[in-house]
Amino acid sequence: MIEVKNISKTFDDGRTVLHDVSATFYTGKTNLIIGQSGSGKTVMMKSIVGLVRPESGEILYDGRDFLAMDPEQIKNLRKEIGMLFQGSALFDSETVLGNVMFPLMMFTSMSPAEQRERAQFCLARVNLHGADHKYPAEISGGMQKRVAIARAIALNPKYLFCDEPNSGLDPRTSLVIDELLSDITHEYGITTIINTHDMNSVMGIGENIVFIKEGRPGWVGNSRELFHSDNKDLNDFVFATQLFRDARSYIREHNRN
Amino acid sequence: MILASAISSFGRYWLFMKRVFSVPDKWRVFYSRTIFEINKLGIDSIPLVIVISIFIGAVCTIQMVLNTSNPLLPAYSVGLATRDIVLLEFSNSILCLILAGKVGSNIASEIGTMRVTEQIDALDIMGVNSANYLVLPKVVGFVLFMPILDVLCIGTALLGGYGVAIFTDMITVSRYVYGIQAFFQEWYVWYGIIKSVVFAYIIASVAAYCGFFVKGGALEVGKASTNAVVSSSILILLMDVILTKLLLQ
Ligand SMILES: Nc1ncnc2c1ncn2[C@@H]1O[C@H](COP(=O)(O)OP(=O)(O)OP(=O)(O)O)[C@@H](O)[C@H]1O
Ligand SMILES: [Mg+2]
Repeated sequence: MIEVKNISKTFDDGRTVLHDVSATFYTGKTNLIIGQSGSGKTVMMKSIVGLVRPESGEILYDGRDFLAMDPEQIKNLRKEIGMLFQGSALFDSETVLGNVMFPLMMFTSMSPAEQRERAQFCLARVNLHGADHKYPAEISGGMQKRVAIARAIALNPKYLFCDEPNSGLDPRTSLVIDELLSDITHEYGITTIINTHDMNSVMGIGENIVFIKEGRPGWVGNSRELFHSDNKDLNDFVFATQLFRDARSYIREHNRN
Repeated sequence: MILASAISSFGRYWLFMKRVFSVPDKWRVFYSRTIFEINKLGIDSIPLVIVISIFIGAVCTIQMVLNTSNPLLPAYSVGLATRDIVLLEFSNSILCLILAGKVGSNIASEIGTMRVTEQIDALDIMGVNSANYLVLPKVVGFVLFMPILDVLCIGTALLGGYGVAIFTDMITVSRYVYGIQAFFQEWYVWYGIIKSVVFAYIIASVAAYCGFFVKGGALEVGKASTNAVVSSSILILLMDVILTKLLLQ
């Protein structure tokens, strides 16, 4: 479980991007952070992992106070963290296989053959076949995303952070990724945090949803509660398209979950 | 204002160096990356070094012939002057200024691109010491290989002068060869190697520093790479003055 308590972040240019945000992310659940583009999802995620330092607040990883850790403790915690960046952040100089093998090479005592086997297993889990020896520049954006996910899960992390795992993917692959993230979260009991504004993901795997509006926490709940909420900001955001409004009317009329 | 920013960059540079010079996470990885960097930064510079050294050696000889036509000057003067110019300044300071352009911009743009595409953040998140992992092999590889480039440069520059003796009638071969052997001081070679090693460290570390702290996008990466070349060139010349005073007096 990761608890975020009252964090605030103001950048050098004087703009406050996070205002006193608190949230709880549960172990073994897919936790979603949703909100409009520019609402501060990425900054929030980067604050939790320590790439951005909030001015105030507390971040607790299963009770361990992250902001009070010394560099050695942070280093050890990070071995338990996997992260997918919004822009994939694959190493240009390594092949697809090399990218996924990288954390294994740095942090395990596996032999190269074992590393390769584990990397190929992870690539198969994200449905990526036959690109092992290509370089990141030679594969499509969606494929890069999947390689980045494979790299993030290679070390069996305890905490998995995904910044927009399915932006740039077609609906089918997107579904595969959502299911994968959901599966590994439940299978290994990972604390998974996903930034998204993909409504299919929100409906599909939203076990714990934190809605952020302009850097302030707006609403917390799960995908079922979403349909019955009267939070105006949330409804404006989630039910922006006719399709989802129709779905909501249908569900409300038939009083279903 | 300028002074304050200079002092803060200076402090940040040494804090960065502290992170760079820490014990590598995995020695085997460090070793193989160092070999890779020696290849990329050192071996790949050999053709450039050879080409410019031959030309500069030839030009030095021609200039010396043209400007020391006084019959009172001894026969060895052209060869001796060419050799000492090459040993004392060209094979280290000038060569390193040129390599600052090639190697420095290469390092700064590579690391800068990794910064803006979040690859360095990705390393940090994994718990890798990114400064150490990325920069130490470059600094160590380039510094280790620099003496070889220095000696290679001396050799090819003298060959360039030799070419002038062979292919023109400005100076006879025997006079040139006699000149480059006259009053040879071995210390000059060591002096050149010491300087070039210091300059190699400046090139690699300053360029890495410029790249590592890029903020923004591709435009800033370009600026960082220009900055790296300008700053390391100035530092090279400054250190040249200091080292010459220290080592030759
Ligand atoms: N390093 C930074 N310096 C200054 N401002 C920043 C920085 N990073 C982000 N911001 C600002 O913070 C705000 C929130 O950005 P953030 O990237 O968190 O949005 P987001 O919710 O992830 O959006 P998207 O869905 O488009 O990825 C933006 O207005 C952005 O301009
Ligand atoms: Mg974002």
